[in-house]
Order: sequence, then C-alpha cells, then structure tokens
Amino acid sequence: MHTDSDSLFETLRQWRAAGKPAALATVVSTWGSSPRPEGSHLAVDAAGHFVGSVSGGCIEGAVIDAAAQVMASGCAQLLEFGVSDEQAWQVGLACGGRVQVYVEPVE
Amino acid sequence: MKSAVLARIAEAQRRRQPLLVVTRLGDGAQCLVDAERAEGDLSLSSAALAAAQGLLSSGCSMSIPGADGLFARAYVPSPRLLIVGAVHIAQVLAPMADAAGFEVIVIDPRGAFASAQRFPGVQLTDEWPDEALGRLGLDGATALVALSHDPKLDDPALELGLPSQVFYIGALGSRRTHEKRLERLRAAGLESLTGRIHSPIGLDLGGRSPAEIAVAILAEVIQVRHRGERT
Repeated sequence: MHTDSDSLFETLRQWRAAGKPAALATVVSTWGSSPRPEGSHLAVDAAGHFVGSVSGGCIEGAVIDAAAQVMASGCAQLLEFGVSDEQAWQVGLACGGRVQVYVEPVE
Repeated sequence: MKSAVLARIAEAQRRRQPLLVVTRLGDGAQCLVDAERAEGDLSLSSAALAAAQGLLSSGCSMSIPGADGLFARAYVPSPRLLIVGAVHIAQVLAPMADAAGFEVIVIDPRGAFASAQRFPGVQLTDEWPDEALGRLGLDGATALVALSHDPKLDDPALELGLPSQVFYIGALGSRRTHEKRLERLRAAGLESLTGRIHSPIGLDLGGRSPAEIAVAILAEVIQVRHRGERT
C-alpha cells in the first residue's frame, strides 16, 4: 500500500536498481489554472514508461520526449508550457494556465 | 538527482519524516534540508535556509522567495488511515483509501477477521488496538476510524486517539451505541475531547451498503483533511 509520491520513488528506485536510465520531471512554477500543483512529479524510464503526472494529461507527451533527451545527454532541462506558447498550442494545454517543468536525470 | 538524494527521499518517506530537496534550476545543484541542517552540493544562504525550513511544516513545494531560481520540493508524511475492526466496511474502505493516496493499516486481533484472504494486499496487524496504535504513532497526518462495533476494540483506540494529534477520528455505530460509548469515555476522563469523534461516521450520503458507507467515511476524512473540522 503506497501513496502517489511514495510509490513513484519506489518505482524510480527499482528502475535504477535494474540499471535502467530514468528522469524525474517536477512542476516548479504555475500561473493561472494549471491542473497540478508545484512539486508534482512524473518519473520516466528509457522505454517511455511513466508514473505520476505534471498536468491533466495534456503536456505529458512533450515532457516524456524531453525526458528521453535528458537521459541521453545527462543534462537537465527547464520546459515551459502555456497558451501563448507555440509548443503548448501543439500539445494543447487546454486549461489556459502556464506551467514550468524541470526535467532532471536520475543518477 | 543523485542516487544518494533518491535514497534519502525514500528513507524519509518510510520513516514518516519531513524532508526538503532544494534545486538550483540553473545548474541542477541540490541539497537536502531537514529541521536541523542542509547537506549537499548546493549551499544556501541563511535566509534561504530559514525560508526552506519554514516549508517543512506546511508541506508546500515552491520557489524560495527572494532566492532566484531555487525550487524547494517538500516531502511530508503521506496521509494514513488506521482502521480498527477488520469488518465488511473495512474490506471496501481499505482499497478505496489506498487509491485515494492513503497508507492504510487494518487493526484487529481476531485472526478470523484480519486474514489476508479477506484483505488481499492490505497491511494487517493482529495486535490489540492500543499496542498497534502505540507502535504506529498517532501523528497529524493520520486519521483513525473505529469500525469494530466492539467496545473491547473500539474504546482503547478512541482513548488513545482522542488526546493525540490525529486529524480525524470517526466511530461507527447507531446513536444509541454512541451515547453508551460517550458515557464510557466520560468515565475514562475524556469528556472534554469526545466532541472530536465523528459519529454518525461519514458524510450523510444516504447509502446503506458497506461500499456506500465506505465512500461516505472516506469523503469525510478527505474533507476534514483539506477543509478542517466544521465548527
């Protein structure tokens, strides 16, 4: 029996123990009506499996793509999504808010 | 994030201790902050450290005010639901509360009730409630519900829960049952605290089945957790 955050870190620990690359995404800023609060996590492995969430589902695809780059390069990225943003328009942050997501490699 | 940081977060969650991870978004440098100290690659000014430590109790994650590009992620103990009485309602309440993000523990010394067959995948203990609650600890992130209908089990749990930090206490039973229970708790010297007990337990949804009652209980626990007690 685990809560959201407990089971996310347990999953991350298992991925790393099995030698799988992994990345951790964190909501670090929100403006307006963003669906998930600051501190929300999404963990991703190299095969694109993911647990947790950083939005209502609208930007997860873009964050998982960025996570793959972060795992390959070993360098963290700071992503921003919002209605005024070309990329966000494409991935569709429908709620009208803006959100900043930090994606870091997990050693 | 370094593996040592990952391990510390997991350990703090297991031990139900609050912990912060502060990240400098510019270069990814991180440090761990608890009530005593900060440790890691990132050194914080005393003002930033004090601001970060202020977040330990609230559990809020946010950018540290006045410090450019420092984000503090608070890991605080997850909410926990302790269920006394491995009864039919508990069988449906336990998985519901688990799905809602609670760590759930079912307490019942009667082995025929607290069996793994009746509660697959649920954390069970066959200790007496006073032993179990003493061992588990009753902190401010914990809710306690007494469902056994048996004063030998429910009363000791309530006697420990009432003077504790738990954020919610509920007890199943008819108004008549509850009146008798209040008499016993008054006799035990707990009169001033008996108002904390939610009884009838749960929001008034009108349902009668075990699952419907479980929804009403869980809804009330969530409401009190976020909105506080209605006065």
